[in-house]
Amino acid sequence: MNIIVCIKQVPDTTDVKINPETNTLIREGVSSIINPFDMYAIEEGLRLKEKFGGKVTVISLGPPQSIKALKEAVGMGADEAIQLSDRAFAGSDSWATSYTLALAIKKLGKFDIILCGKQAIDGDTGQVGPGIASQLGITQLTYVFKIIKLEPEIGKITVERLLEEGREIVEARLPALLTVVKDINQPRAATLFHMRRASSLQIPTWTAADLPGADLSKLGLKGSPTQVIKISSPPKREGVLDLIKADSAEQSAAILADKIIAEKIL
Amino acid sequence: MPLLEIDKDKCIGCGGCVEACPLGALSLVDNLAVVDEKCTACGACLLACPVHALNLPEAGPQEAAKDLAAYSGVWVWVEQFHGKTGSISVEMLGQGRRLADSRKVALTACVLGHNVEHITKEAISFGADRVFWVDDPTLAAYSTAPYASTLINLVREYKPEIFLMGASSRGRDLAGSVASVLYTGLTADCTGLEIDPEKGLLLQTRPAFGGNIMATIICPNNRPQMATVRHRVFEMPVADLKRQGQVIPIKTAMSAEQITTHVVDSILEKDEVNLADARIIVSGGRGVGGPAGFETIRKLAELLGGAVGSSRSAVDAGWISYAHQVGQTGRTVRPDLYIACGISGQIQHLAGMKTSRVIVAINKNPEAPIFNVANYGIVGDLFQIVPALTEQFKNKLHK
Repeated sequence: MNIIVCIKQVPDTTDVKINPETNTLIREGVSSIINPFDMYAIEEGLRLKEKFGGKVTVISLGPPQSIKALKEAVGMGADEAIQLSDRAFAGSDSWATSYTLALAIKKLGKFDIILCGKQAIDGDTGQVGPGIASQLGITQLTYVFKIIKLEPEIGKITVERLLEEGREIVEARLPALLTVVKDINQPRAATLFHMRRASSLQIPTWTAADLPGADLSKLGLKGSPTQVIKISSPPKREGVLDLIKADSAEQSAAILADKIIAEKIL
Repeated sequence: MPLLEIDKDKCIGCGGCVEACPLGALSLVDNLAVVDEKCTACGACLLACPVHALNLPEAGPQEAAKDLAAYSGVWVWVEQFHGKTGSISVEMLGQGRRLADSRKVALTACVLGHNVEHITKEAISFGADRVFWVDDPTLAAYSTAPYASTLINLVREYKPEIFLMGASSRGRDLAGSVASVLYTGLTADCTGLEIDPEKGLLLQTRPAFGGNIMATIICPNNRPQMATVRHRVFEMPVADLKRQGQVIPIKTAMSAEQITTHVVDSILEKDEVNLADARIIVSGGRGVGGPAGFETIRKLAELLGGAVGSSRSAVDAGWISYAHQVGQTGRTVRPDLYIACGISGQIQHLAGMKTSRVIVAINKNPEAPIFNVANYGIVGDLFQIVPALTEQFKNKLHK
């Protein structure tokens, strides 16, 4: 079975700096991690491979340093990795990102399953997974927290999805793109064996020129339908903390109850 | 079959498209442009043609840029689950009405489902002027492909300028698919929508980086301008049952045989799990100490008619299921009242709840960061305070 996992390198910090000239996020100098949701996608890919055979290929679109995230994934056990890195990709919004990743996946050839995290913790959009699925014209299954059954021989998958009201069991046809939530598994740590392999593995970097059929006008900032025109600080929370102090828990609770009732929410 | 259509009567054989094609899919035969299988319908040739002899079913960006003025009106996808309208969509109708008034255009609601005629009336009462009503057994349960293809066809035919959906699981799933096929901009999880008074563009404001920054985003050259909007940010409009509107029945785009994804079962959780819709959330963290400790939290939540939330550490410890997790790797919530019990308030947790209207913190540690975002706080043992608070509410609210 051919399993593709799309991962994103994200800053491991909540201190965000912004370039005032370009209004883009400054990512240099901040330590980076694999997006936490993508860790679950990698783990799920490795588990499927262990069960059904085949190989796991991780791909990532990002600046040159995103190679580190790919090496980490190989350190966990992924077989192959592809980096997509080019100035032409810079400034991609979720549309251009999906478009570029879909072109790379087409180039990789036949696949059965694509796994993505449900969203990245920096952009928080959750749009790239569905975007890739639509570009490739394949089934999309979002917010998956359990693969109940996978029958590659008849091209069928059954998953459980997490929704606001509860859960939903869905049957679909392969190939399919799944975005996974945290509950699906517990990602493994990298092993020494795989880390050694990762350190010597030459990970290819594909540029726009390596993507057959790429419409250059649809890549990067130029190809992105959305534009960020302003970055600002979030509104500060109003008011100050009203710390309730009384002689007993009962008294404190009574005062708190009155104050909450006065907010006219209940 | 290539998607590109060439109007042989218009073609003057200039060869501009041949040069423009990045794939070498176009050539001149007898002084007329001919396309072969290499064509990916990328649209690069469209602008190169001086006589508009080339046409693609999917308009590329240049094509869209040319006829922005052809797009008009505000649309809202009205989400329903088991025949019940999502409150998030009612909020969207209220916002859609405001934006439509500001642009002096009509508001259209898209209602998809099975036996959902009642929702068309509801949509009109909340502000829609027109409703596209797509009623079919294949649409009874939400599924991406039939919903997306139906909406994509409607957008192509009727060309809305703005298209809003709720940022629910279904809304995000659907919007991502629709925007991808239409090649248009989609801004996720907006908390602010305004019309730029000069250019008439939709200004979409959203939090990013765990709510540490706000970004205002526009979609200047592609249409429709699409956004998903966070739940519980905007006021619920008041229904006006006397409002009149037009209901237009529409056929679904996919036949039952074409649909390959099927919902075979849905397992509804109790309301205490539905964090997204909850007006009140009582949440427990590491201080709760174990699964049994959540009973204390649950009792208060139940009395107040709220949902039960939790921090990541309580989920990772296995005390409560992931569906309850609030924060960066869980759900982002915005209730009117958030009571955090035994939650220290790590930045990842705060990212998921700090825009709640009123925050109450109960924690042993007076230095816990949760107190920095709380409106009310008590330093103390949650096992004494929470039961006492439950008792107080029981008496004071006569429950």
